[in-house]
Amino acid sequence: MPNLKKILPTLSLLAFLAIWQGVAVYLNSNTLPTPEAVTQVFWQDCVSGQLPFHLGVTLLRLVVSFSIAMLLGCAIGIMLGRNKKMDAFFDNWLVIFLNVPALVTIILCYVWFGLVESSAILAVVINKLPNVIVTIREGTRSLDQDLLDMARCYHFGKRKTLVHVIWPQLHPFVMGATRSGLALIWKIILVVELLGRSNGMGYQLHLFFQLFDVASILAYTIAFVAVIQLIELMILKPLDKKALRWRR
Amino acid sequence: MTDIQINIKNKTYPTATQASISNFKLALKSNEFICLVGPSGCGKTTLLNIIASLDKDYDGEILVGQQHAYPKIGYIFQNPRLLPWRTVRENIELVLNEPQPSEIIDELLEVMQLTSVQQAYPERLSLGMSRRVAIIRAFAVDPEVLLMDEPFVSLDAPTARQARELLLKLWQQRPHTVLFVTHDLREAIALADRLVFLSSSPMQVISEITIPIPRQERHNESAIETFRQQLLLNHPEIKQLL
Repeated sequence: MPNLKKILPTLSLLAFLAIWQGVAVYLNSNTLPTPEAVTQVFWQDCVSGQLPFHLGVTLLRLVVSFSIAMLLGCAIGIMLGRNKKMDAFFDNWLVIFLNVPALVTIILCYVWFGLVESSAILAVVINKLPNVIVTIREGTRSLDQDLLDMARCYHFGKRKTLVHVIWPQLHPFVMGATRSGLALIWKIILVVELLGRSNGMGYQLHLFFQLFDVASILAYTIAFVAVIQLIELMILKPLDKKALRWRR
Repeated sequence: MTDIQINIKNKTYPTATQASISNFKLALKSNEFICLVGPSGCGKTTLLNIIASLDKDYDGEILVGQQHAYPKIGYIFQNPRLLPWRTVRENIELVLNEPQPSEIIDELLEVMQLTSVQQAYPERLSLGMSRRVAIIRAFAVDPEVLLMDEPFVSLDAPTARQARELLLKLWQQRPHTVLFVTHDLREAIALADRLVFLSSSPMQVISEITIPIPRQERHNESAIETFRQQLLLNHPEIKQLL
């Protein structure tokens, strides 16, 4: 039944829309608009440029904070994974930062550094960084010592060892951190925007909440989920495929 | 090529009560094929790691010519240790720190009968083939010493024999100084110019025996077996090591 397997995802999506439509029609309430109403709002906001603008602002914040968190996290993670003394020293810090609630970090960043863009980014980075460090540290600890010894006795040097021996082994961990990171960061960004920014998805959602405009909330949500899916399909999946082509 | 002196006064692992190696002396002549034969766990791999400068925590010296230095190494490990995410050819190219003409690799692949799989990833190769790739990789760097740590262990007999023959062919085309660890006496006799017998820890040289069998008769198994019988008869001290 190969054909059925192919159309099943589409079928399930249609079923979801049908249930939504059914419940919305049955309830006939402002708090649950029909898919059609949501599509209309989505289209209007796209044409007016409101949705693309706020989505773009949020995505920009996502890209900047994500890049900083991943770069720093990988560097620190590799360092802690390779150096036992540093790991012993910084382990407690990691545990503390891992367990500070996101909301607390955000509030403190705004209080200490003002309601500005950089403190918004900083708050997101601080929330994400410990996760990346822990994941990459685990990856670095599980590096194959045999291959590292091989690289040493063939005089690979630092750069070659990093690119050809260490990085390919870390790839699954980096991808794991990337996926969980995207999911985590965009949720945190919305809170950051809600609390201290005057644009972006979080700010808009807050506005819609005050107006009880559920159709707009759903329209923005769908746009965001679609973008994240696109990132997965267009960037992450091809990266995976390229990096893992040697696997049987 | 220069002669190499290995002189290890003492090597003790931090957690061990007894030395692994003590008063170990070995001189390698240029382009000589030496087989180290000794019981498992006697410290042969430790010795190779010291020569390869992977282990620097020991008391002693290594001389290349008259210089205190580590020789340039080609190391063939017990496991092939190929990078799984690089093809056979890329694995070999990666160890060359200066760009070399590609014919050198072509030639090495040809001798080891691996030309057809050069674009394959190591996971698709059999163990015997992977080991031959590791041999090419070691020869490709044109080392001062080739270290081989039981490179044919756990291969079935015909595959091991084929690999040995290919190794000898390559070595005769491109002579290099070789330190070959094994505990298979027949294999050692088939390959070596000189056998070095080692005691278990602390590892020391018990006896050194030059093999007089001419190279062209090494594939003759009965000649090797006769030599082995005589060796065991004339040198009762090595019997306990096998």
